[in-house]
Amino acid sequence: MLVASNLQKEYPSGAGTLAVLKQVSFTIPQGSLVAIVGPSGSGKTTLLGLLAGLDVPSSGTVSLDGVELNRLTEDERARLRGEKVGFIFQTFQLIPTLTALENVQVPLELRGDFGAPERAKMLLEHVGLGDRMDHFPSQLSGGEQQRVAIARAFSNSPKILFADEPTGNLDGVTGAKIVELLESLNKSSGSTVVIVTHDLTLAERAGRIIRLRDGDIVEDRTTSATPPVPASSTAR
Amino acid sequence: MTARWRWIPSLAWRESRTARRRLLLYMSSISLGVGALVAIDSIADNVSAAVRLQSRSVMGGDVSFTSDTRYPDSLKALLDSLARTGPTMATVVTFTSMAYAPRTQITRLAQVRAVGPTYPPYGAVTSEPANLWGELQKRPAALVSPSTLISLDANVGDTLSIGFSQFIIIGTTNSVPGDPGLASAIGPRVFIAEQYVASTQLLGFGSRASFETLVRLPDGVQSPQWVEPIRARFRAANIRVRTVVQQEENMTEAISRLADFLGIVGMIALLLGGIGVASGVNAFMNRKIDTVAVLRCLGATGSQVLAIYVTQAALMGLAGAAIGAAIGVAIQFALPVALEGTLPLDVTVQIVPKAIGVGLAIGVWVALVFSLRPLLALRRVSPLQALRRDAEALEHQRRRDIPSHLVNIALVASVVVLAISRTDNWRRGILVALGIGVSLLLLWGSATLLSHLARRLVAQRLPYLLRQGVANLYRPANQTRSVILALGFGAFLVSTLYLVQANLLRQFEVSAQAARGNLVFFDVQDDQRVAIDSIVQATGEQAVSATPLVTMKLKSINGQALDVWGAAHALPRRNWAFNREYRSTYRDTVVVTEQITAGKWFGGSGTDTLSEMSLEQGLATDLAVSLGDTLTWDVQGVPVAARLTSLREVNWGRFEPNFFAVFQSKALSTAPKMFVLVAAISSDTVIARIQRNVVLRFPNASSVDLSLLRATVLEIIGRITLAVRFLALFSLAMAVPVLFSAVAATRRDRLREGVLLKTLGATRAQIGRILLAEYALLGMLGAFTGMLLSFVGAWALVTFVFDGQFSPALLPAFLIAGVMMTLAVAIGMATGREVFRETPMAALRDT
Ligand SMILES: Nc1ncnc2c1ncn2[C@@H]1O[C@H](COP(=O)(O)OP(=O)(O)OP(=O)(O)O)[C@@H](O)[C@H]1O
Ligand SMILES: [Mg+2]
Repeated sequence: MLVASNLQKEYPSGAGTLAVLKQVSFTIPQGSLVAIVGPSGSGKTTLLGLLAGLDVPSSGTVSLDGVELNRLTEDERARLRGEKVGFIFQTFQLIPTLTALENVQVPLELRGDFGAPERAKMLLEHVGLGDRMDHFPSQLSGGEQQRVAIARAFSNSPKILFADEPTGNLDGVTGAKIVELLESLNKSSGSTVVIVTHDLTLAERAGRIIRLRDGDIVEDRTTSATPPVPASSTAR
Repeated sequence: MTARWRWIPSLAWRESRTARRRLLLYMSSISLGVGALVAIDSIADNVSAAVRLQSRSVMGGDVSFTSDTRYPDSLKALLDSLARTGPTMATVVTFTSMAYAPRTQITRLAQVRAVGPTYPPYGAVTSEPANLWGELQKRPAALVSPSTLISLDANVGDTLSIGFSQFIIIGTTNSVPGDPGLASAIGPRVFIAEQYVASTQLLGFGSRASFETLVRLPDGVQSPQWVEPIRARFRAANIRVRTVVQQEENMTEAISRLADFLGIVGMIALLLGGIGVASGVNAFMNRKIDTVAVLRCLGATGSQVLAIYVTQAALMGLAGAAIGAAIGVAIQFALPVALEGTLPLDVTVQIVPKAIGVGLAIGVWVALVFSLRPLLALRRVSPLQALRRDAEALEHQRRRDIPSHLVNIALVASVVVLAISRTDNWRRGILVALGIGVSLLLLWGSATLLSHLARRLVAQRLPYLLRQGVANLYRPANQTRSVILALGFGAFLVSTLYLVQANLLRQFEVSAQAARGNLVFFDVQDDQRVAIDSIVQATGEQAVSATPLVTMKLKSINGQALDVWGAAHALPRRNWAFNREYRSTYRDTVVVTEQITAGKWFGGSGTDTLSEMSLEQGLATDLAVSLGDTLTWDVQGVPVAARLTSLREVNWGRFEPNFFAVFQSKALSTAPKMFVLVAAISSDTVIARIQRNVVLRFPNASSVDLSLLRATVLEIIGRITLAVRFLALFSLAMAVPVLFSAVAATRRDRLREGVLLKTLGATRAQIGRILLAEYALLGMLGAFTGMLLSFVGAWALVTFVFDGQFSPALLPAFLIAGVMMTLAVAIGMATGREVFRETPMAALRDT
């Protein structure tokens, strides 16, 4: 369960400050698939950064599974990410000097898992790239790169996965496949998935849509698309 | 917890994949420094080992007794009795004489070594043809050094005249124990048997010879212990006593001092390399920000990130150091080949694992400490960077925290510890470290100044291209400081080396050129003087001077016996100045090589009944005498008293007869004396003719052709110059990877910017000119700051370390600065060539 309460993020601007997020609060139950939408500059990426503990809010709190993120040090948050959080980026952000397989291994290796290579292979096969394991990112198409990124995001069986415009750099068909993959992983693994997107048809597939404008939540509704996974399935 | 580190080394290795070559290039900045240290330490170790093994054969025995006169009978008897207890005694008499080859009619001053039957007590003498050493004792035969044959144009089988006797040259010999290679390579050597010395009639009155007895002790007898009970008796008779242990100590000390000096040069090279590493790693790190941000998103802690990149830096640092060690070993093996024939010992070149280990360790350490500074910033890369790239994020991250202070302290401490360990003396080490620090600070300061000036300049109305180039000098994350540091330090090093060398050698060259004559006759007896004069005049030439020589010993001072005087003035018990034999002269004028520093030259007061005399000022100090004191001398048994009326400073470096003690003419004009005649002869053939004619009439009159001597001196100077040039070239070569690394720091920005400019319509030529303006400015400032610093450095070295007079060699220094500047522009343009190559298309691709 992810709880954001009264999140405020300000940046110094000229003499005063500019509030990019204004008193944002919501709760995301474990296992749900949530889309955050809004026009450019509305604060989506900023919000994602705060939820994932990449950045600290000016005020307000984020708690993940009951752990308040701003009480943790930078390194403790990193460890938490290694254990419970997965990431997918618009620009894929694979490490260019590592092969597909090695990229998927990284989160496991950072935790010190023995079985890193085996699990990474399994995940790559799962996303349909069993025959591309030794390719470098530059040798893969955008869609393939994003699938590697998804495999990497799920490699540590995250409690929650954040995706910032995962289809932004892909064509419609490829983007749809990526979303299907995310959906199926959401269902099969029970991970919470938070997607930031411009794409409304994509957003409609989520069980819940949070709409931002100028740093405010202007809409927060559940859709009929996917029934939320019952809360009972979550541990703790 | 430890599980989190399990994969780090492997991850570090895999992640470095494409960057390894680049990182290695940066790390190669330290290679030459490590190479220098490994080479110096290895060679010093090899030579010291050779000294330990061969000091016996270099000296010729375990103990040596050397005297300028024949031993008194009592000591001869003592040595004879000692010889009966086990040790082997061998004698050798060494003197210089004209060697004359009648067949070719050429004469040369040669060193004659007349050896006893048991000489040498250690080692065997090889001759060409073989096994002729023993022949010497059987008949009047001579073995000569190869250079003797060449200078006399003689062959084996020719007759050689030495004094009043003739010897058959039966062969050549090169290395004789007790006669180091370098000396015999320069001067002609003639070996004969001691029993024939008398027949040459050369060791009569006033002639200079050295009488040496070499002792080979039975196994297990230690030379210092053996010599201790008898040392004082020999000392008292003015016989020098040396043991092989002392000899070894002296030689190893000289070696380690030379190694220390070179080691400092190597260490500075290594530090310069460290600066290259720092700027290279800085560039490297800027490329890794994205990767680090992703790693952070995926759960990497700050220390994990640091560990990954420190591992990479350490590995590549090790590789750079290993390359350096290989270079060092190559130098170690090449050097003895280059120095063939000039070393007094046979140096066995052997790999010295310790030197290699120390070099590698120091190299890796320097690489690590210098990379840590930029790498520390990676800990603070925010994972947010993966979502939103922020170009200046890293600059904000470079906050000063405890680890970064620790790294700074480690950096300074490393420099100080390195300097101290290299100089073997903590005070000198700290001074060296301070010198390095001050130079770096000055360079840093001038770089900052340039940055500021550039900002001012840009405000002026400069042509656009120039303005853009100048603007590059102060924009954020500019390379001004690192390039100027690398360049300036390189220029400083090269130029200092050159200036010191030029200043030291100039003193020799001046003295080699400045002698008034070119043919000198030594030991000319009173009755031969007129005859030699007329031989010279018969060729239509002139003798320029005839300096009388009178040998004497000091007898008393102000009427006090020397030991009483010495005790009263707290002089050391064994005072060389009291015991030595002086070769003094008399004359009434001051000569050009001396200067009165106290008192008045002769003839100041006419009333004094005593003669006047003048002493060299250092000797006056050693004797504790002052103006007005009366010194009584023993001149061949006749006491001569004279009053000290002046002190002189003497320039000993000149090829002129110079003296500790000079007397008024009336004091010594009737004393037994010899002369040094100097003649200025216009042609070589006339010199040869005069030498021949004089030797034929007076076999005991030695002469030397100064132009030959000058050639020898110039050859030695040439060798030193070559060595220094090599060092300078080495330093220059070192500056190249360092500059590459410094320039690399901004390579990516430059690429992006150049491509952008192209998209906006800039031509290649225009971009070229922007780069040229920037690098020419950087090069100029770096090189000339370095040059100015080098004047200070060289002046300090020449004045304080070598006690010389410094005069700046402007032209060469400017040349060096010019070369450094060209180097900077060349490297800058070479790095910029990608900008020329890239098409504007690249701007669309995000790299
Ligand atoms: N470091 C910063 N300093 C100042 N302002 C910032 C900073 N980072 C973001 N902003 C501002 O915060 C606002 C929200 O940015 P954010 O990136 O969250 O928007 P977004 O909704 O993700 O937009 P897009 O759909 O274009 O990605 C923008 O107006 C941006 O200019
Ligand atoms: Mg965004």
